[in-house]
Amino acid sequence: MNSLAAKSLVSINDFSTDEIERILDTASRFEQSPPGKILDSKVIAALFFEPSTRTRLSFESAVNRLGGRILGFAEAGTSSVSKGESLKDTILTVSNYSDLIVMRHSIEGSARYASEVSPVPVINAGDGSNQHPTQTLLDLYSIKKTQGTLDGLNIFMVGDLKYGRTVHSLLMALSNYNTTFNFISPAELRIPDEYKLFLEKKGIKYYEHDDFTEIISRADIVYMTRVQRERFSDPLEYEKVKNIYVLRKEMLGNTKENVRILHPLPRVNEIDRDVDDSPKAYYFEQALNGVYVRQAIISSILDVL
Amino acid sequence: MEKAKQLSVSAIKNGTVIDHIPADSLFTVITILGLEHISNQITFGTNLESKKFGKKAIIKVSAVYFTEEEINKIALVAPAARLNIIRNYEVVEKHELTLPDEIEGIARCFNPTCITNHEPVKTRFSIISQKPLRLKCHYCEKITDEEHLTII
Repeated sequence: MNSLAAKSLVSINDFSTDEIERILDTASRFEQSPPGKILDSKVIAALFFEPSTRTRLSFESAVNRLGGRILGFAEAGTSSVSKGESLKDTILTVSNYSDLIVMRHSIEGSARYASEVSPVPVINAGDGSNQHPTQTLLDLYSIKKTQGTLDGLNIFMVGDLKYGRTVHSLLMALSNYNTTFNFISPAELRIPDEYKLFLEKKGIKYYEHDDFTEIISRADIVYMTRVQRERFSDPLEYEKVKNIYVLRKEMLGNTKENVRILHPLPRVNEIDRDVDDSPKAYYFEQALNGVYVRQAIISSILDVL
Repeated sequence: MEKAKQLSVSAIKNGTVIDHIPADSLFTVITILGLEHISNQITFGTNLESKKFGKKAIIKVSAVYFTEEEINKIALVAPAARLNIIRNYEVVEKHELTLPDEIEGIARCFNPTCITNHEPVKTRFSIISQKPLRLKCHYCEKITDEEHLTII
């Protein structure tokens, strides 16, 4: 029995550890030997109420390569939402035309609500600052693929740890493994207390730092995120810290052989361009992994494996 | 000296008594139950002596028996309150208030960009802590605390 069949994916917590590992195994199988047109005759609706080129193209590529059809819109301006249609009405209508809905929306909780009103499964491709579970799954896949395991790793998370939803979801998912976390961020963007409490309850070790130049040699994974100017109430504070959270090539000198640099992208300037040539840079492969992982998620939910 | 034995707020024949309300929560309880809009006889007293709170308030409502949803609302704002059901001047049932693990439709999510504040969606929270009060929104997953709590 495929417990993922017809299941919606709204939050990473909707999937058990077992289900997550099954997705990762399926993605790995798809990467090694493409499964062919297993989505033939399936129609997937991609409703991007908020634009996101990267995620949308990754979903489209995933579906197209498996022979499925994809329809939808890339921004709310070209949908009936611009005429004032409610989310519920849009979802109920579109569910008539498709086997599965992928949606991104700027309103938090919109994907959960959509999954409750929709007769077909819903995959959340990002709901405001809340959840982006397919990103978390592709991050997990990238970590497992490069490290051979998810267990016992030293994970460095760098940059905006306060608002970064990818950081929060990844942290929750990795807390099921024997992870050590190192959080590196400016004071204004520290990891929220609720996540620290969560880790303490689970007995997971974590450390907080202002800088990572000295300690990066211990990392297995460095997960970089963007520090955005608009997150700072005081622009001077931003100017003071903006260069501390930039990864430069010379910082990789003493790092472990197995360390890999991840980034959910888009990158602005938090990873120097010259890092791209290092075999330790992994962010573009990470984006490619998103295609296999999304293929695995969609095929599992549509039960065509 | 004869002990003064007089009810500060007169008895009711049938209805509900909400006792042990912290004095500063009295008007909140009145508002969330919409008592100012009903025509039944209501008596209340506040700043009465209480061993538990120092000052307590009490509300007596004639011929009204509250629904579970209304009782949950009281539990949210005055968790230490007690509910007594009165029939023919006698207390026939006593209830201590307990919050369920989940509440529906009685509190507003504090997050302005939560779907429940944009579409007609019934709010839903899991109670992750009673003291201090922390409600986790089923939709946006953000935490509403006591300071930001609004009862619908």
